[in-house]
Amino acid sequence: MHSPHSEFFAGVKAELPILLGVIPFGLIYGVLAINEAHLPPEVAIAMSSIVFAGSSQFIGQQLIGVGTPAIVIVLTTWIVNLRHALYSASVAPYIKHLRPLWKWLLAYLLTDEAYAVSITHYDERDEAPVANKHWYFLGAGLALWSTWQLSTIVGVLAGAQVPESWALDFTLALTFIALVVPRLKDRPSIASAASAGIVAVIAFNWPYKLGLMLAALVGIVVGMAIENRSLRSTASLVDQLPIDSSS
Amino acid sequence: MNYWLIILGMGLVTFGTRLLPIVLLERIEIPFVIQRALRFVPPAVLSAIILPELVLRDGALDLSLGNARLIAGVMAALVAWRTKNVVLTIAIGMIALWVLSAIVR
Repeated sequence: MHSPHSEFFAGVKAELPILLGVIPFGLIYGVLAINEAHLPPEVAIAMSSIVFAGSSQFIGQQLIGVGTPAIVIVLTTWIVNLRHALYSASVAPYIKHLRPLWKWLLAYLLTDEAYAVSITHYDERDEAPVANKHWYFLGAGLALWSTWQLSTIVGVLAGAQVPESWALDFTLALTFIALVVPRLKDRPSIASAASAGIVAVIAFNWPYKLGLMLAALVGIVVGMAIENRSLRSTASLVDQLPIDSSS
Repeated sequence: MNYWLIILGMGLVTFGTRLLPIVLLERIEIPFVIQRALRFVPPAVLSAIILPELVLRDGALDLSLGNARLIAGVMAALVAWRTKNVVLTIAIGMIALWVLSAIVR
């Protein structure tokens, strides 16, 4: 029932709706890389498979376009993608048992979108053991990868055909809204999301997207603090039980 | 400037960032407190990306009804909360943005 085959296609299927938001984003990346940054088409297309990270590709092509030194571009990319280290740490326990080749492949495919659906699948406390869930991860990752490559290529070829007034860049925020809102089921995660969002707004103009890292850390700490408080109040309830039963 | 070297460098740091924790954490048992912290990674990181997109306009805070992205984002969030449907969330959000931008303009 939970064969590698069925897990793989379940992963592809879970990723499909998200692709609706990814396609416009890939298109715009391709368009901007050619029209604004004046990258050679083969470089713009190759970046999608060599880097394979939407937001840093956006920033990368902008920086290349204005002639930023290579080392600054690489450092900026690293900082923008630091959040992926958090994702990586969070999937690590689930893929511990896999062979190195699998780990390398899944690490390469570890984007925001693939991570979001895969971690939701891993976190589900269903009857299925973790055993074949890496196939789900692979399915989600490959669906996203191939879509990203294709939409980039179309964007590069379409060039100036996509008008700015369509505001297609907004699909990224909408995709993330669709991914995060259903996860806000308890007070700690709501508090975590709210505090991280507020800090991100305040620190938005910090250089190299460092505000994003700070916001993520604040969100994690706040979430844990709220969770601690509710754990403690549950614990004190349990402490009172023996007294209640004796009376 | 050598484009290929730049994107190779970008690719290496990206892949390294994604791989390193997976490889390092296979040898040590992850402490419970870290496991608890990691549960908050998705809501914290994704919200930190979303909120500035909605409330900042050209770098300045705009919480007015004239901010089409904010209103469209709130509507999309309501759809996501009620339906958990990704396609519907993106569709309603984009339609709302287009309609509101047309009205405001």
